[in-house]
Amino acid sequence: MAIVASTSLSKHPLFSSSFLPASTTPTKIFSSKLRFRETEQIRFRLSTFFNNPGFLLMASKEPVGLTTELGSDKIETAVGVENGCGMFDEMKHRFLSFKKKKFMENLEHYLNLSNAQTPKFMVIACADSRVCPSYILGFHPGEAFIVRNVANMVPPCESGPSETNAALEFAVNSLQVENILVIGHSRCGGIRALMSMEDEADSSFIQNWVVVGKNARLKTKSAAHNLSFDHQCRHCEKESINCSLLNLLTYSWIEEKVEKGTLSLHGGYYDFIDCTFEKWTLDYEGSNLKESDKFAVRSQSFWC
Amino acid sequence: MAKQYTEDLISGLKKDLRDKEERDDNAVERIKNGFIRFKTCKFDKCPKYFQELAEGQHPKFLVFACSDSRVSPSHVLDFQPGEAFMVRNIANLVPPFDQLRYTGVGAAIEYAVSSLQVENILVIGHSRCGGIERLMSFPENGSAPFDFIDDWMKIALPAKLKIKAEHSCLSSEEQNALCEREAVNLSLVNLLSYPYVQKAVADQTLALRGGYYDFVKGSFELWQLNTELSPPIIIP
Repeated sequence: MAIVASTSLSKHPLFSSSFLPASTTPTKIFSSKLRFRETEQIRFRLSTFFNNPGFLLMASKEPVGLTTELGSDKIETAVGVENGCGMFDEMKHRFLSFKKKKFMENLEHYLNLSNAQTPKFMVIACADSRVCPSYILGFHPGEAFIVRNVANMVPPCESGPSETNAALEFAVNSLQVENILVIGHSRCGGIRALMSMEDEADSSFIQNWVVVGKNARLKTKSAAHNLSFDHQCRHCEKESINCSLLNLLTYSWIEEKVEKGTLSLHGGYYDFIDCTFEKWTLDYEGSNLKESDKFAVRSQSFWC
Repeated sequence: MAKQYTEDLISGLKKDLRDKEERDDNAVERIKNGFIRFKTCKFDKCPKYFQELAEGQHPKFLVFACSDSRVSPSHVLDFQPGEAFMVRNIANLVPPFDQLRYTGVGAAIEYAVSSLQVENILVIGHSRCGGIERLMSFPENGSAPFDFIDDWMKIALPAKLKIKAEHSCLSSEEQNALCEREAVNLSLVNLLSYPYVQKAVADQTLALRGGYYDFVKGSFELWQLNTELSPPIIIP
């Protein structure tokens, strides 16, 4: 499969009528005019192309070792001179190992899964490389619908459409998951950025995103102002999970199901320094959320 | 009779509560067992590795994968803790640069590329993607809108339009499969609209790669986005 997209160079700033010495190496590459909310979203002018796949890895029903590699010598050579040759090999080996040890060993299960997914969990976790929920909580394929973003934030309904609430809508209304688990973690860079913010109006993406957690920061500053900055961040990591749980309830279709008892909201905190996990469940019936933004919890546990 | 009705109602409610508690207990048990297994079989066996990781992460990858429960890159590509900064959203989409509208994805890219200085961005699509299926069928199928999902999937509209224009004779299943791959390519191109990505790609410190996991056939495709400038034509 080759998907080729090429665009002309005629409007590139380098192609002006002025003389260019042959030895000029252009350093400014992109001339981009971005139009948003229209169907043609990108207008930059340079030649882009997509390599033919270096490898097409097939799982077959034959014994191990029978894999098909697509590509002529020419393509392999082209891949070979790229820096990523080693990376392609590495991905290939990992996929084949997954195929052999998991996919083929559980073929029927994977075939059933390919027809439909019915996960009982939706997990919202941080994008941090150290906290993959599949890894630390052992979710197998098919068990958990997982959203990962910076600092595992859930924006409230009034903030408008985003990738997180699109995923919530799918998981709750279409897949009808029974549990939503928001997992925070220790030494979170996003929470640190939230706690370090001087001015809410900042041009960086990170600060424009983590400001979703501003209530958690306010509560932390109020409750833990006498603690060191590191301890305040730790406090905020947990407070932010609770704020996210409250934000989940701003979606009427989530609150309805929680009230009915068909959906449970859980918070989790993974401390990768000591390898401990805390977990708690929002007690909807025991909370009086119309009066205050504090909620009751139940089934608190600590695993170490 | 009224008394009987009340008793039945109370008994029903108690049963619902017991069922719910049992469901919750099962869910908790599931997570707990998973964590204990991770701790005893992995964390405790490599304390030095995890201790170093706790001090700081230095992943080489930023991965965009779908939230679909069947396609975790930790399973399919065996990413270990510390290897991949991972964003998971519906249909593994990367929207174009927009500081007002798409701050979530922007924050992840900014952090991964500028702070963590990852060397690769890998966008992985997959078969039978619910998000792509929705994109390709709505609103033509006349179904009720999903407010948030439909708004999010608009990012991939160019991919849909391309497939519908070029492959109108194919079945909807075949069109969806093509769109799943086309959306990956669109995301790769959208990545270039982020200034720090542009710079790192131009400096050759960052590679943009696409992937496609077909869990029906059990196959994986991997490719790379190459950008180049042809030599200038000098017009005297």
